[in-house]
Amino acid sequence: MRRYIGRKILIYGLTFFLAVSIDWLIPRFMPGDPIANMLARASVNSTAAQVMHEYYTHVFGLDLPIWQQYLNFWNSLFHGDLGRSVYMFPTPVVDVLSRAVPYDMFLLLPSILLSWYAGNHFGAFAARSKWLDNTVSPIGYILTATPYMWLGIVLAWFFGIVLDQFPIAGAYSFSLRPNLSWPFILDVLHHWFLPFASLFLVGFGGWAIGMRNMIIYELEADYSRYLEALGAPKNLIRKYAFQNGILPQITGLALQLGVIVAGALVTEVVFSYPGIGYLLLAAIQNQDYFLIQGCFLFIIIGVLLANFIIDIAYVIVDPRTRRGMTGESA
Amino acid sequence: MRKIGLTALSIIMLASLILAGCGPAPTPETIIQTQVVEVEKPVVQTQIVEQTAVPAAPAETSYPRNETLYVSGAAWGPASTWNPFQPGNLANTTGTIGYIYEFLFDYDPLSGEMIPWLAESGTWTDPTTYDVTLRSGLTWSDGEPLTAADVKYTYELGQQYAALWFSPMWEYLTGIEAVDDTHVKFTFSDPLYQEFENNLYNIPIVPQHLWDGRAEEDITVGANEKPVGSGAYMYETNAEDRNVWVRNENWWGTEVFGKPAPKYIVDIRTSSNNVALGMVIQGNLDMSNNFLPGVAELANKGYVQTYYPQAPYMLSANTAVLFLNTTKKPMDDAKFRKALAFAIDVPSIVNVAYAQLVKAANPSGLLPSLDKFVDQAVVDELGYTFDTAKAKQLLAAAGYKDTDGDGFVEAPDGAKIELEVTCPNGWTDWMAAIDVIATSAQAAGINIKAATPDYGAWNTELQGGTFDMTLNNWAAMSNTPWTLYNLLFRHPIQEQMQSGNFGRWENQEMFDLVDGLAKIPMSDEAGMKEATSKIQQLMLSEMPMIPLWYNGMWSQWSESTWTNWPKETTENQTLPTTWSGYWQLGGLQTLINLKPAGE
Repeated sequence: MRRYIGRKILIYGLTFFLAVSIDWLIPRFMPGDPIANMLARASVNSTAAQVMHEYYTHVFGLDLPIWQQYLNFWNSLFHGDLGRSVYMFPTPVVDVLSRAVPYDMFLLLPSILLSWYAGNHFGAFAARSKWLDNTVSPIGYILTATPYMWLGIVLAWFFGIVLDQFPIAGAYSFSLRPNLSWPFILDVLHHWFLPFASLFLVGFGGWAIGMRNMIIYELEADYSRYLEALGAPKNLIRKYAFQNGILPQITGLALQLGVIVAGALVTEVVFSYPGIGYLLLAAIQNQDYFLIQGCFLFIIIGVLLANFIIDIAYVIVDPRTRRGMTGESA
Repeated sequence: MRKIGLTALSIIMLASLILAGCGPAPTPETIIQTQVVEVEKPVVQTQIVEQTAVPAAPAETSYPRNETLYVSGAAWGPASTWNPFQPGNLANTTGTIGYIYEFLFDYDPLSGEMIPWLAESGTWTDPTTYDVTLRSGLTWSDGEPLTAADVKYTYELGQQYAALWFSPMWEYLTGIEAVDDTHVKFTFSDPLYQEFENNLYNIPIVPQHLWDGRAEEDITVGANEKPVGSGAYMYETNAEDRNVWVRNENWWGTEVFGKPAPKYIVDIRTSSNNVALGMVIQGNLDMSNNFLPGVAELANKGYVQTYYPQAPYMLSANTAVLFLNTTKKPMDDAKFRKALAFAIDVPSIVNVAYAQLVKAANPSGLLPSLDKFVDQAVVDELGYTFDTAKAKQLLAAAGYKDTDGDGFVEAPDGAKIELEVTCPNGWTDWMAAIDVIATSAQAAGINIKAATPDYGAWNTELQGGTFDMTLNNWAAMSNTPWTLYNLLFRHPIQEQMQSGNFGRWENQEMFDLVDGLAKIPMSDEAGMKEATSKIQQLMLSEMPMIPLWYNGMWSQWSESTWTNWPKETTENQTLPTTWSGYWQLGGLQTLINLKPAGE
């Protein structure tokens, strides 16, 4: 077990290092000069423009040799400093992210967990009935194949424009100040629902389809037939089938996390929901190296951490892995 | 477990549906008040939110609709800095300059007059001395008096820190003296009158008692959170998509200018221009300063109000100029440039690309508000109009002929001509305009294609001088024609041209003329006219860049909550805009003139 976890940590560490290095490198390949963009439109005379350009380049540390910038980046990263945002100058990137992350958590956690939970149970349930299977499976296939962004637009159009029941942009109404009161909380939920629904529905379709297939497969397996032959109650067989079927779904969750997070990013853009995705779009448009790095860093850490937790959970849920590991270390 | 999960899910869905049911609440009605006491179901409570227009029950958590002005179209990004010295795109937090920090003077471009603001008067006592008398009783919003010492302190920051944009002024400003609490004396050697007087309404005065002792970095790039100024509004709160300002009840200007009616101003950054349009039509947004393509139609039907009741609907805000890269062939040839000016179909840009929301520019490039500085005789003689035949004729006369029969002309030395006209991707109005430029140039036989790089790439090409031809409009509305000519003929030519003369046109005669104009006192109108006439003569004979049309001061509003907006047809003619840098151009006066609907 210790060796397993040790090896996992090593792999995750390496992945983290590479991912963060790429994250640092990529924005710097973009054509253009963020400082010039930032100072553009300042109709000042040429002496001032030159002095200001140099001054701001220095403020961002972009006047240093590139290797020095890279080392400084790691150094300040370990001090919890991600630099200053160009787009929202002079706010530190950490502050910008800390304002956006709660919105992401609020959107991602419920949609991932609920869609996984509900999707699996619904899939298992649908596998039992021919009628449900025939109607729900095609819908599930369509849902899971739908791009998040497209579903988001359709929902916004239908519920926001046609029915005019839901707001299509923002996190809360313009007439409200943030505070802990019922009107505000309800308003926040009201704005949250459509982006949540688009993430939830796509995920739900995928998990339901996956589980439905797994259940059908497991019910055909030898152990199910044997149990059936022994006269075990149907519910018991289904329980076993479900427990076996859930394992690939856990692996699937780990594999899908990246896709779901990417989906959340575009969904946020569609609904102007002030999370990381919305921020990332603005950051890229403004060549904000530091904010781009920060957003991706958050995504990298989030996905790696979630994968790690799923890896551990897998060991706990599946007794066979545990047995395999003890055998290996013995 | 499963049951709990499903129950939780259904509760959430149900809650959302309930919310949805009472969400938009189209028309605020007073009946709701009676419902408020009935039950404590969430249903009712959400209704309170939507019923903020009810004066009797202004919930503490929201801004009363009848006391709040909702505006949009000014913010380029989320609020991040309240430092009034932050230049360019950094001045995201619109209102910092204007609401919070004020100027010695304001300038009204429609009447062409400087309006004394913090200053009571300002006079040149001799050619190198300028005396400012401040109003008495000026105060900062924290109650401290605003005195001559604050003015001296603010201007001297430019002397101290080269990174402040107005620092170069100190090349000709020799000293500032606070004679007493209300008198400031500026002394100069060889002053650039035009720039100095422009700065009078562009340098925001900051409080010495709060700024003294700040570190250099705090002054030059600090965020200056919780700003304290002297203006009519104070900082209330901000979020990613909004800035909220609250009226300064103790504003010194109440007695002089009157009290602005809106207690709160919520400056919204909408996710798209269509959202802004929808909100104006519904009356949820009072004024939108976004560019909305179809607004002419809506204005005709009375859904929104605009400054002019018919075309061009909008006031002109700045000049869209086609910069030609004169370091590249064939744009280094004045004859080619001149032919191109005749080839561009400006009427189609105005009527098709903009659907009549803009006006064609005078070939001098000067805005209508500065037309007294246009020498119409020169423009009539040397100017250009859209005329494909004339363009072809000029090309042929200059030796540009189609030698290989592909329908496009080749240079006199036989080299193929393939050019690109650019603007940043996503700027839909400009994208439509460069399409017109490209097609109409092709019709005259010049092979030009439209291209839309990313803003960053576009800006790099612009400043680095690697583009062929591109649009730019960075000269703000101004009290002097020098502002535009300083953009067009910025010199010296450097490796990076950050703020003008992007086409790198090198002409010492013109540079001398513009420098000469800068040194003419603002009171010497005849002298200024003489200088601008010479500039226009040289500019139109050489045609280093082509002024095409005036971008509009996009502005459309609803009168459902606030009335008395400025219009061509009424008496109060000020600028209906919230854009950064326009508050001191009469935007504040617009705000002060507003009246609640129904009064």
